[in-house]
Amino acid sequence: MVKQEDEIVRRQRERSKILAWLLGAFVVLMFFITIAKASLNW
Amino acid sequence: MPAIEMTDAAALPADWRDFLALTKPRVMSLVVFSALAGMLVAPQLPPFALGFTAILCVALGAGACGALNQWYEAEIDAKMRRTATRPLPAGRMDRQSALHFGVGLGSFSVILMGVATNWLAAVLLAASILFYVLIYTVWLKPRTAQNIVIGGAAGAFPPLIGWAAATGRIELLPALLFAIIFLWTPPHFWALSLFVRSDYAAAGIPMLPVVAGIESTRKQIFLYSLPMAAAAIAPWPLGLTGAAYGVSAAILSFVFVVLAGRVLASRSSDPSQMGAEKHLFAYSVFYLFALFTVLVVDRWITW
Repeated sequence: MVKQEDEIVRRQRERSKILAWLLGAFVVLMFFITIAKASLNW
Repeated sequence: MPAIEMTDAAALPADWRDFLALTKPRVMSLVVFSALAGMLVAPQLPPFALGFTAILCVALGAGACGALNQWYEAEIDAKMRRTATRPLPAGRMDRQSALHFGVGLGSFSVILMGVATNWLAAVLLAASILFYVLIYTVWLKPRTAQNIVIGGAAGAFPPLIGWAAATGRIELLPALLFAIIFLWTPPHFWALSLFVRSDYAAAGIPMLPVVAGIESTRKQIFLYSLPMAAAAIAPWPLGLTGAAYGVSAAILSFVFVVLAGRVLASRSSDPSQMGAEKHLFAYSVFYLFALFTVLVVDRWITW
C-alpha cells in the first residue's frame, strides 16, 4: 500500500519534471524559430 | 501500479498520463497527418523549424479540442461504455483542470502558430478549435442528427492550415482537401455510430441511427460516399495533381463506395453482426491516410 501523501508527492514531482522538460524544449524551439525567421529575411 | 491508501480522492492531483489522454492522441494522429499532407503538397516549403512548429501547433490545437470536448461532455461520457474510462468520468481528474488545460493549450497553439508562421494559419487554427468546441460540441452534437455533417468542417481544417502555414494563402487544392475530409466525415462517423448506437441512445445524443433509424443511416452513408469520391478524384481532372494520384484516388474511392454499398445492402440490426459497417469504418481511416499519402507522393514526383 502507498500512502496518499506519498502518491501526491510522487505525482507532483513527475508533473514538475515533465513541465521542466517542456519548458526546456520550448526554449530550444524558440531559438530555432528565431534562426529560421532571421534566415528568411536575409 | 501499487494500490493507494485513499483518504481523500479529490485531493489527489491528476497523473500526467491523464492529461495526455485528454488530448485524444489517436484522433490527433489523423489531424497531424492531414495537416502535414496539406503542407507537403504546397508549392513552397517553410524552413524545417517553422514547418515543424506549425505541425506541432496543429497537434496542440487538436489536443485542446479533445480536452475541451471531454470537459464539456464528462457527464455524457460517463453514460457510454466506450468513454466511461476517460479521466473525467472515471474520477481521476477534476473538471476545472481539464478546462484550464484545454484553454491554455488552445491559446498557446494559436499564438505560437502566429509567431512562428503567419497569422492566416493562426486564424484558421483558432477557427477550427472554436468551431469544434462551440459549434460542434456545445451546439450541434446534443441537438441535431446533422451534428456530424456540419461539425465535420472542424476536422477538415488541418490541410488548409498546413497549406496556409507554408504559403500564407489559400488556393483551390487545399480547399478540395477540406471538401474531401468534410464529405468523408459523415460516412466515417455514421458507420461507427451504427454499431455503437445503443451507447449514443443511452447518452441521449441524437446521432442519425438513433433519430432516423438504421436503414436511413445506411442510405445516407452511401449517398455521402458518392460526392466524397468525386471530390477525391477532382484534383486530377482539374490539373492540380498527376495521373498517379488520379488513378489511385479512383481505385481507393471505388473500394470505399463498394463498401458503402455493402452497408446499404446489409440488413442486420445486431451490432455484433454488423461486419459491413465495421469494415467500412476501418477502411475509411485507411482511405484518408492512403489518399493523402498518394497525393504527397504524386506532387513530389510531378513537381
